[in-house]
Amino acid sequence: MLRTARLIAAKDLRLELNSRVTAFQVLPFAVLLVVLFAFAFDADAKVLIPAAPGLFWIAVLLSLFLAVGRMFMTETADGALDALRLSSLDPAGIFLGKAVALLLELLLLEVVLLAGVLVLYDVSVPASGVVLLVTTAFATSVGLVATGTLYGVLSAGTTVRETLLPLLIGPVVAPLLIGASRAFEAALGTRRGLDGSVVVKVSEGWPWAGLLTVFALVYVAAGLLAFGALLEDA
Amino acid sequence: MEPVVHFSEAVAVHGRFPVLTGASLTVNPCEIVLLRGPNGAGKTSLLRACAGLLPVVQGIANVLGVDLTQDRKAVRARVGLLSHANGLYDDLTVTENVRFWGQTAGASDAEVKAALAELGLSGRLATVKVVKLSAGQRRRTALATVLARRPELWLLDEPHAGLDGDGRDLIDDVLRRAAAAGATILFASHELDRAEPLATRVVRIDAGRVVQPTC
Repeated sequence: MLRTARLIAAKDLRLELNSRVTAFQVLPFAVLLVVLFAFAFDADAKVLIPAAPGLFWIAVLLSLFLAVGRMFMTETADGALDALRLSSLDPAGIFLGKAVALLLELLLLEVVLLAGVLVLYDVSVPASGVVLLVTTAFATSVGLVATGTLYGVLSAGTTVRETLLPLLIGPVVAPLLIGASRAFEAALGTRRGLDGSVVVKVSEGWPWAGLLTVFALVYVAAGLLAFGALLEDA
Repeated sequence: MEPVVHFSEAVAVHGRFPVLTGASLTVNPCEIVLLRGPNGAGKTSLLRACAGLLPVVQGIANVLGVDLTQDRKAVRARVGLLSHANGLYDDLTVTENVRFWGQTAGASDAEVKAALAELGLSGRLATVKVVKLSAGQRRRTALATVLARRPELWLLDEPHAGLDGDGRDLIDDVLRRAAAAGATILFASHELDRAEPLATRVVRIDAGRVVQPTC
């Protein structure tokens, strides 16, 4: 399984390096969203700061839809999915490889996006919140890419992939988005009282991070088990 | 000697729709068998059934000693299928495509290079992205991905499509060498003037049944 995962991840990352679709299209789209959110809230810090965690994760989710759609478009455009089915590759390894490649792209996107949020929304990361921030981002991203990869292959064989994907992924990752927003809120200290003091402390974010880790593990396990059957039907 | 392909009254379905309605066919080792027939006759379906991509729900269907009615996935790694689509990644180069598909079957770098050379792809074309290739060059690259995997049974759907005269000669040479080296080839083609001289046997198929197994 690991050999297959390495092979698939290397191929998917090579595809990205050669095409630069994530770098030149998905990433600018995500940054544009962050800017547009700022415009929509009239650059009002009182509104933007508390909303920053949620807006960040919505931007990540919308970017994920594009990245997953693109990933499976490359598999279906010239019939490569048939060749994958014909190969002796372990479906669980294919799932893992695709999820790892997508995870690396998503984490890179989140780094840039977070920098944008910090600058545009006037948010800062307290030193005590860094570990929670990184843990939350990683656990949430694992859950998102596992779900995205699983539903990506499910919709791969359809002619309505682009519109179907958000409908499939959105409801399933809602718990991830809620947990990630709450944990980020604690890590960044964005929920404040009337006097400007931080209401939700960093320590209150860790239970959310724990929950996110459990969700991520469940989604990965589901992907490892179900990907083969979905690939067969795609 | 055990046949490589043995179908008898085989019924294969796509979803619930029967696409082979009692196909009977035997292909022996090292044969190059041409499937001919009108559009929609079931040529592609027969190739996909042999590859284990379509379920066979009735009759006898053995490929390389594997009973497809019991475990069609077991045969997949041993066959190479070149379908209408080429199965290539547009944003990978020719070499990257052939290397990736070769590696899925455990091919070494030397085998990948040999496949590229045999299909005339080892020069300038090797580093060109597939998206920039002509239809004929894509077809040659697709065949190189099959060659790199060294399958026991080659299943080719219109292998000459998009190729010029030289490209067709090249493909014919590759297929003859593969058969001489022990591979068995079952291919479908409409270009009979090109395909019949290549084949050691011609089989006619219509409405999902083999109607004229000829020598």
